[in-house]
Amino acid sequence: MKKIHIKKYLVAILFLAVTISCSDDFVDVQPTGDNSEDFFNSEEDYQNALIGAYDMLQSSYLNVMLGEIASDNTLAGGESATNVLGIQEVDDMIHTSQNVQLRDIWSWMFAGVNRANYILEFKDKTDFDGKEQVIAEATFLRAYYYFELVKWFGDVPLSVDKRIEFGEQFTIDRTPKAEIYVQLEADLTFAANNLPYVQGTAGRVTKGAAQALLGKIYLYQQKYDEAAAVLDDLILNGPHDLVADYNSIFEESGENNIESVFEVQYFENQGASFACFQCSEGNIAVGFSGIRNYSGPEFTSGFSFNVPVQEAYDAFEAGDLRRDVAILDINAWAASTGATFGEGYEHTGYFNRKYIPRTRGANAQGDKNLTNPNNYRAIRFADVLLMAAEAFNRSSSPNDTKAQAYLNRVRERAFGNSTRNIVATGDNLYNNILEERRTELVGEGHRFFDLVRTGKAAQSINGFVAGKHEVFPIPAIEIQLAGNRWSQNPNY
Amino acid sequence: MSKKVILLLLLLSSFLMQSQLINVSGVVKDALNGDVLPGVGISVKGTTIGTQTDFDGFYRLSKVKNGSVLVYNYLGYKVKEVIVNMETINVLLTQATESLDEIVVIGYGTQSKKEVTGAVSVVSSATIEDLNPTRIEQALQGQVAGVNITQSSGSPGAASNIRIRGVSTNGDSRPLILLDGRVIDDLSVVNPSDIESINILKDASAGIYGVRAANGVILVKTKSGRKNTDFQSILNVSTGFQNTTRELPLLNATEYAMLANEAYAANGEALPFPNVNGLGQGTNWQNSVFETAPIYSIDYTLNKGTEKSTYSLGLSVTSQDGIVGGDKANFNRRNIRFNFDTDITDNLKFTSSTIYTNTNKKNLIENALGSILFNALNMPSTTSVYDSNGNFSLPPAIGTGIEVANPLAQIDNTNNRNWVNKISGSYGLSYKFLDYFTAETRYQANYAITNSNTYNKIANFGNGNVFNVDLGTFTDYSQSFFDYTFDTFINYERVYNDVHSVKAMLGTSVFKTTGRFQTILTSNASGEDLNGVEIGTPVLNGDGLEIFRNNNNGDNLVFDSRLLSYFTRLQYAYDGKYLFSAVLRRDGSTNFGPKNKFGFFPTASVGWVASEEDFLQDSDIVSFLKFRASYGIIGNDRIPGFRFVSVLNGEAEYVFNNELVQGIALGPIANPEIKWEEQKPLDIGVDLELFDKVSITMDYFKKTTEDLLVSAQTSGIIGVAAPGSSVPVVNAGTVVNSGFEFAIGYRESISEDFDFNVNYNFTTLDNNVTFVGNSTGIIEGGSFGVGQDPPSRMEAGFPIGYFYGYQTDGLFQTQADVDSHATQTNAAPGDLRFVDTNGDGTIDADDRTYIGDPIADVTMGLNLSFNYKNFDFNAYAFASIGNEIVRNYERTLPLTNRATYFLDRWTGPGTSNTVPRVTTGATGNNLFSDFFVEDGSFLRLQSVQLGYSVGEAALEKLQFNKLRFYVSASNLFTLTKYKGYDPTTSNGAPIGGGIDQGFYPSPKTFLFGMNVNF
Repeated sequence: MKKIHIKKYLVAILFLAVTISCSDDFVDVQPTGDNSEDFFNSEEDYQNALIGAYDMLQSSYLNVMLGEIASDNTLAGGESATNVLGIQEVDDMIHTSQNVQLRDIWSWMFAGVNRANYILEFKDKTDFDGKEQVIAEATFLRAYYYFELVKWFGDVPLSVDKRIEFGEQFTIDRTPKAEIYVQLEADLTFAANNLPYVQGTAGRVTKGAAQALLGKIYLYQQKYDEAAAVLDDLILNGPHDLVADYNSIFEESGENNIESVFEVQYFENQGASFACFQCSEGNIAVGFSGIRNYSGPEFTSGFSFNVPVQEAYDAFEAGDLRRDVAILDINAWAASTGATFGEGYEHTGYFNRKYIPRTRGANAQGDKNLTNPNNYRAIRFADVLLMAAEAFNRSSSPNDTKAQAYLNRVRERAFGNSTRNIVATGDNLYNNILEERRTELVGEGHRFFDLVRTGKAAQSINGFVAGKHEVFPIPAIEIQLAGNRWSQNPNY
Repeated sequence: MSKKVILLLLLLSSFLMQSQLINVSGVVKDALNGDVLPGVGISVKGTTIGTQTDFDGFYRLSKVKNGSVLVYNYLGYKVKEVIVNMETINVLLTQATESLDEIVVIGYGTQSKKEVTGAVSVVSSATIEDLNPTRIEQALQGQVAGVNITQSSGSPGAASNIRIRGVSTNGDSRPLILLDGRVIDDLSVVNPSDIESINILKDASAGIYGVRAANGVILVKTKSGRKNTDFQSILNVSTGFQNTTRELPLLNATEYAMLANEAYAANGEALPFPNVNGLGQGTNWQNSVFETAPIYSIDYTLNKGTEKSTYSLGLSVTSQDGIVGGDKANFNRRNIRFNFDTDITDNLKFTSSTIYTNTNKKNLIENALGSILFNALNMPSTTSVYDSNGNFSLPPAIGTGIEVANPLAQIDNTNNRNWVNKISGSYGLSYKFLDYFTAETRYQANYAITNSNTYNKIANFGNGNVFNVDLGTFTDYSQSFFDYTFDTFINYERVYNDVHSVKAMLGTSVFKTTGRFQTILTSNASGEDLNGVEIGTPVLNGDGLEIFRNNNNGDNLVFDSRLLSYFTRLQYAYDGKYLFSAVLRRDGSTNFGPKNKFGFFPTASVGWVASEEDFLQDSDIVSFLKFRASYGIIGNDRIPGFRFVSVLNGEAEYVFNNELVQGIALGPIANPEIKWEEQKPLDIGVDLELFDKVSITMDYFKKTTEDLLVSAQTSGIIGVAAPGSSVPVVNAGTVVNSGFEFAIGYRESISEDFDFNVNYNFTTLDNNVTFVGNSTGIIEGGSFGVGQDPPSRMEAGFPIGYFYGYQTDGLFQTQADVDSHATQTNAAPGDLRFVDTNGDGTIDADDRTYIGDPIADVTMGLNLSFNYKNFDFNAYAFASIGNEIVRNYERTLPLTNRATYFLDRWTGPGTSNTVPRVTTGATGNNLFSDFFVEDGSFLRLQSVQLGYSVGEAALEKLQFNKLRFYVSASNLFTLTKYKGYDPTTSNGAPIGGGIDQGFYPSPKTFLFGMNVNF
């Protein structure tokens, strides 16, 4: 009997021991990765978060491509009329409530805003040498993303130095564009004051980038005097200049050159998938704009979107060296090189040569269509010169001499000599400057917004309705998801 | 709390009184042939006292209370009960003809089928032996009412989708599978010959597994030996070959060229084939892709039992090539299993089961845009397989898009292998004490290492083809997993006053699973194939480190997931008539945040065995009748980990100085309130047996799954679209699955030479989403065509994953037709006429509507077997009615091939009202509409088997116990209207399933085999 008792208790004790040893904290496991609210404890934390804020720049490829397609420069193209419906709609100025690509722009730019604001929300947490510069870079990036949002959608919710958190979408309102501009001007002034003209690292924001973007934002508001001042400061005091050979700019060797005021960096050695375009480190617009079924020298294949129209090709004056750099006449190219190609939807015979896939190096990794390494030259010094020319021409006390000088710097490179310099003044000069913007910057995503801000969109773009199409509709689902409180943009 | 219960139980046991004790002994024999039966279990009813017969069928029990009842239990025989009134009790057992005495595993315990109050189905080893499946799922498909199995692919070793009583979640709807108590994900690692029984808990009885039970539970038990038996060997060998079940009728070269010409002409373009003479039949791509593939399997089992111990060893090898790709789709598996049970003392028992599995699998791209079969269907029949130089030819330079490639070139360029080494074991101790108690503890663990190598060789499939490889890459992916389940529980079992049977169980379980992933990617890989590959140089990031990544979604490279559970079950039966069972389980899971870490899951069931009542006791007709009902709350914890806390695991990558730099960013948006999905299953069932021959089981069920985890569409302004981020998951959805199950079995022995067995079952299923609580009320999924909106939806009022597209109403016959119809972009005579469902006069995306769903309304199975003299025959068929399939394997570009139904296309007014015209111009015909949705109902003859067993006289000469030869054919034919390869396959996604992009069909298999026992 004694033995039985011992066993009985043994079992009971064993059972209890097992039960007790498994107390409830067994299921308290910490996730891998830092908790977002317990971060920014070192310079490294700030630098790491800053990389996250830069990352979203790469998804602005869509803004660039659609900025061309929306304009009179290019057509949507692609495989067929149903190939990426949102792109086709932007081309045709028929925007349905379901446009996936417009929602992408909205969501991706706000993701950038939030990543920048994440740093700025904690900007006072930890001090270290050189923190002003980190804060200045983050501030610039927020301004960059907000400017894109304003260009595309007009009034958008503004959040300063604070993430928009889950739940706040039901309370935050759209901020009038003018108020956002006030914030952006302050942000970029701050950034310009706290950044050097030359960064040790290619790809980082510089003082010049902040000044150029500030000038552009003034220009968009017709604040010509302020634009002229800041852009002139950059031209005179900054390190930038035009490179001699226009053709060299868009090749790999021309990346981050002296003309590049701000450049979005892309990388070819990492995979990407159709499931997550914003995850790619490559320039997706390049593969999308490539020649369909291409086989031949120099270029590789793509999806034949964003095809330039004859009118864009013809916009170049005779003797303009830029034309054949900017626009590829595929028939002529095929005839001279023996290359073969397929025709996609809305085939025009032209391709956006600045940003189509180049034959990649032997070590290139990843999906060829989604990971092209071509950096996007977001703000070139030529753009700065033309903006400055426009600002001086339009300012309250116009300085057409200076305007001509800046315009002609661009033209002299375009034609290889000064024989085609512009001598016009006043409104004629203004029109010349705007024409020059088209040819100099064709294929770089600026055309649609230039036409809108100068009031020339309705006369230039098929289907463009003044008073409506200056901005795109806010994705209907975004209005719904924010609690159906926001009004849609006018006339949508 | 547990302390108190134990004390209570101990107190109860102290009431134990012992008096009038006698020693009982005797011999147990087979009633029919008088053979002694070794290993028969004998227990004193209502206690845990028991023993087993020895080699000679002899048993002895000391100090048994006079008047108590002895229960004789032997697998395959009817349970017999004898009242103790003398010292010698010899017993004759009769073979069971019905299944009521079957032992049913109900989780942390067993019950006889008679007493079960839940909806539990059992598949015995006998059934598995009869069906001789190459994979276990085939023994469940069509055999068990309420269990529906689809294959994600017919390729060797591909995973199956098991759904118990419908799709009850938009998330992971796989049931919990436990192999001897340890968690396994996939049944493909188990050798069917190793299985003793499969028990499927379909209703609230699964509640004993609490937070993991909502998709049902499958309990697989492996074979152990039998006590007091001599060495017994079982050898099964089979070999055979497999073929495709069908090839789709496609246009031959001449037909293809004429249709291409017609399409180009319709759009005013130059003809691509100005001269179609002499094109003839052209290439039959399917013929060149499909092949006859070998399959073989050998397994050997060795059993032995002593008085105290049992041993069972199982060895098996199986290998199967693919009907597409042959050796490049090979799957092979080697298993070693060892089970060892022993009685350490009379009341302390050790059980163990250890399995080592090695599987190797090679994969081909399948069921996707540009997969092998997709290309076999879309490559022009005018293109030859090889060009004049003997190289694989390329598709035409234009007109076939950028995904269509020569499928044979694709197969040739596929170089991968995936192998799994897994060891898993279950070890248990059970201890009987104080007559009524059993304490049991078990440790069950799996350790697996999974590797996969993929070599992407430099290849050119055509200009701009998306599958082209310019730079060879090599990927080495490895994962290691370890998990354990540690259960401890105590059972109390006693009968009071001969009529009150009480069973109580109290237990605790700990589960932990960890894993680690690692990927190494190298570039400049070269070499002929995987065997000779030079792996090249590791791809480096900016810091000079090798890139170790899982994927771009910010998933962790390690995981650690745990479960801590307490559970109790109380069962009460009055006189074997009135049955009651209740279960309560408390689970704590690492998947949930502090607010919802722990949950309680109560379930209960009742039963009434009416046939035990006086008015039926002596019925000649009704031999058994039981009514039962169950209800409860159970959970599904298969939700993404750590979504309750905001973690910096997003993707932050940018390029500085032309090198990739890694930063840190926010991951998925957190929802601190996230909790398990909660299911309330109701089951009302009847078990009926007539004339001892016909058994009928009927169940009505209604399962309401609430708090479904929904990845709610969320405003983009909070940053959800950033790489590595995602929308918060919220508990906001409800789906109801209801239906009726009916199973009938009939067994008859006509004469000594002839007996037969028929089983039939059907299940009806109605799936209805009643609530989707995100802002839009819709969750989308799946893909159709290229760049089109997702075709599948989850939305209140519809079945989960229903197809959402344009409804068609014939074709436009004339321009007048087009003009009088609602405005439809690009419409012309011969085009599909979409229905203006909202009546606004314009056909646009808002006119899309319900056009079908992938969930079958009724599934059924029929199994027929008979034995005549030395011959045995078995056949089984299953059917699925009312499910739809989306035909999405047609690329429909100007120069891709088409199916022959296009020969009946519209060519002028009145020529067709179903198949639209062909044109290269812009039409809406390729938009997702019911033109692409087909009835996927089918009836399949899954297996036919004829066996011959050598007679006893010959066996004795050979010294074999059994020698049987058989031939079998599986998947012999399928009756269906579906145009594609195989209506039985589906990728299993709750939203986005049932879309066919060129499924790898299940093969037709012919086997010749032999079973030897000696």
